Amino acid sequence: MSVLVYVENTEGQFKKSAFEVVSYAKAIADQLNTNLVALSIGQVANEQLSNLGGYGAQKVLNCNGIQSFDSQAYAAVIAEAATKESAEVVVMANSFSGKGLSPRVAVKLKAGLASGAVELPQINGGQLSVKKTAYSGKAFAMLALNTQVKVIALNPNAFQVKENSTAATIENFQASSATSRIKVKEVVRASDKISLPEAELVVSAGRGMKGPENWHLVEDLAQALGAATACSKPVSDAGWRPHEEHVGQTGIAVSPNLYIAVGISGAIQHLAGVSSSKTIVAINKDPEAPFFKVADYGIVGDAMEVLPKLTEAVKAYKAQS
Amino acid sequence: MKILVCISNVPDTTTKITFTNDNTEFNTAGVQFILNPYDEIALSRAIDLCEGGKGTVTVINVGDSSTEPTIRKALAIGADDAVRINAMPQDAYFVAYQIAEYAKTQQFDLILTGRESIDHNGAQVPAMIAELLDIPSVSIVKKLDFDGKTATLSREIEGGKEVVEVDAPFVASCAEGVAEWKIPNMRGIMSARTKPLQVIEAAATEQLSKINQYQTPAPRSAVKMIEADDVKGLVDLLHSEAKVI
Ligand SMILES: Cc1cc2nc3c(=O)[nH]c(=O)nc-3n(C[C@H](O)[C@H](O)[C@H](O)COP(=O)(O)OP(=O)(O)OC[C@H]3O[C@@H](n4cnc5c(N)ncnc54)[C@H](O)[C@@H]3O)c2cc1C
Ligand SMILES: Nc1ncnc2c1ncn2[C@@H]1O[C@H](COP(=O)(O)O)[C@@H](O)[C@H]1O
Repeated sequence: MSVLVYVENTEGQFKKSAFEVVSYAKAIADQLNTNLVALSIGQVANEQLSNLGGYGAQKVLNCNGIQSFDSQAYAAVIAEAATKESAEVVVMANSFSGKGLSPRVAVKLKAGLASGAVELPQINGGQLSVKKTAYSGKAFAMLALNTQVKVIALNPNAFQVKENSTAATIENFQASSATSRIKVKEVVRASDKISLPEAELVVSAGRGMKGPENWHLVEDLAQALGAATACSKPVSDAGWRPHEEHVGQTGIAVSPNLYIAVGISGAIQHLAGVSSSKTIVAINKDPEAPFFKVADYGIVGDAMEVLPKLTEAVKAYKAQS
Repeated sequence: MKILVCISNVPDTTTKITFTNDNTEFNTAGVQFILNPYDEIALSRAIDLCEGGKGTVTVINVGDSSTEPTIRKALAIGADDAVRINAMPQDAYFVAYQIAEYAKTQQFDLILTGRESIDHNGAQVPAMIAELLDIPSVSIVKKLDFDGKTATLSREIEGGKEVVEVDAPFVASCAEGVAEWKIPNMRGIMSARTKPLQVIEAAATEQLSKINQYQTPAPRSAVKMIEADDVKGLVDLLHSEAKVI
């Protein structure tokens, strides 16, 4: 018996979200009184792999045979590893890639799947009960998994990284069945940009910014904070910002530690994707804006005036701390 | 070319979500149901690809008869025909299984879905269908071109995008950007009434997961207002009280 955690790398590096899933999987392994085995797919240096031991992995399987991401091939590797390690629970991130992967792994293993998990499962005998998001962040569901093997996909920013120093052994793992049928032609990754679903701090702006020419004010604040930028739907519909920045019910759901909403009214569809943020700041010139009802801190004022001042204040704070 | 588009029937985006029966059931009282927005955009792309007699678009839904207005909407937008698998969805595996069983009886080049349903948000059905059919899947697709044999897709990845090439048949889950929304015109609405809608009984399969209870998020505490010229006060609170910077 074991818990298997699939750990995603970004160009050979593990990011914080990778350590989140390992920490989460370690906590489940402790609950079940069993071992934690990590699986990495792709080219990752040994010293990176042994870092996973720092979060509780006792063994790291290294499958470096497949280069580019193909959910079909990756799922075959993960399922084979799960079988080899007699895993009761398979854990991975509910990332963009994870969303294409966890359902395939679940089908292969005939396992119940909880995707979008936000807490540790409750264990009753052979059954796991997992709290997951539902109705676009407007609710949670307690999902029961009764199957012999269970798959859990953890939401980003839902579980705290926890160090747990363990000497991990690294083992090469070659899967027999994995062939990739998808050809990757091009990868465009803005290296200076923080990925929105994983971001701890987000500065988001809406139609109150009046036009794309004022976005430097938003970007300046984001840069001073080290935050990702986001926007409301009408802003991306109008082409002021790219679609991948659109958050809300029909966009990306985020749950950062801090979400600053500037010139966004707070429509129910927008709030659906952001209301699980730990701290919310609303900046709006209208004191009646619905966003103030869900915010922790509010400023009534003109964004064009408040933003530059706030950016300066953040810079001053960073300089003295 | 033959394209299958999977459509789900979901509560309208303005719905305030509440539950009944000791929080075990979604409260449908007064709730308007719509075609899942992402499925609508997948459908729009499918129709564009088939324009000018280049192919046909079939929509499929797993649901009871209450989903028929949504299916008719999809026909009004421009799908050629529709299939409803007559069953209440039990979980994503159940839905994917039904769709895969139907797809096996046909020869679809592409199976398109939305990136996720806005009620269950599992983003599970598309990749499950692909696994059941043993074909590739690409998720969160923002661009899709198809020459009848090979498709070029742009998909979202952490912090960027990836352009991939894959041969049909495959499953793609579609997100914003893949097409422009289409508004049904009068002719579409009229012809939707007479387009074929086939009802098929569900195939037996097991249920792998079950929702036992729902919870609504804890209410947030009252907002603390800060004067517009006291931005430093806000920064201090974010540091010392909220502890987020
Ligand atoms: C099916 C459907 C799905 C949707 N999905 C989403 C979604 O996923 N995400 C989303 O965001 N929306 C979504 N919407 C749209 C949503 O209903 C709102 O229309 C949208 O969120 C409003 O965007 P906004 O707040 O930027 O603009 P507005 O509603 O126009 O609000 C602008 C705000 O800026 C304030 N303002 C104006 N000038 C200034 C200034 N100088 N300084 C400070 N404040 C100022 C105003 O007081 C106002 O509150 C959806 C709608 C539908 C129908
Ligand atoms: N009951 C259903 N009938 C047909 N297609 C569905 C159904 N439920 C989900 N889908 C499709 O699967 C996609 C992802 O749904 P989900 O896995 O529930 O997030 C949706 O966008 C639809 O395209």
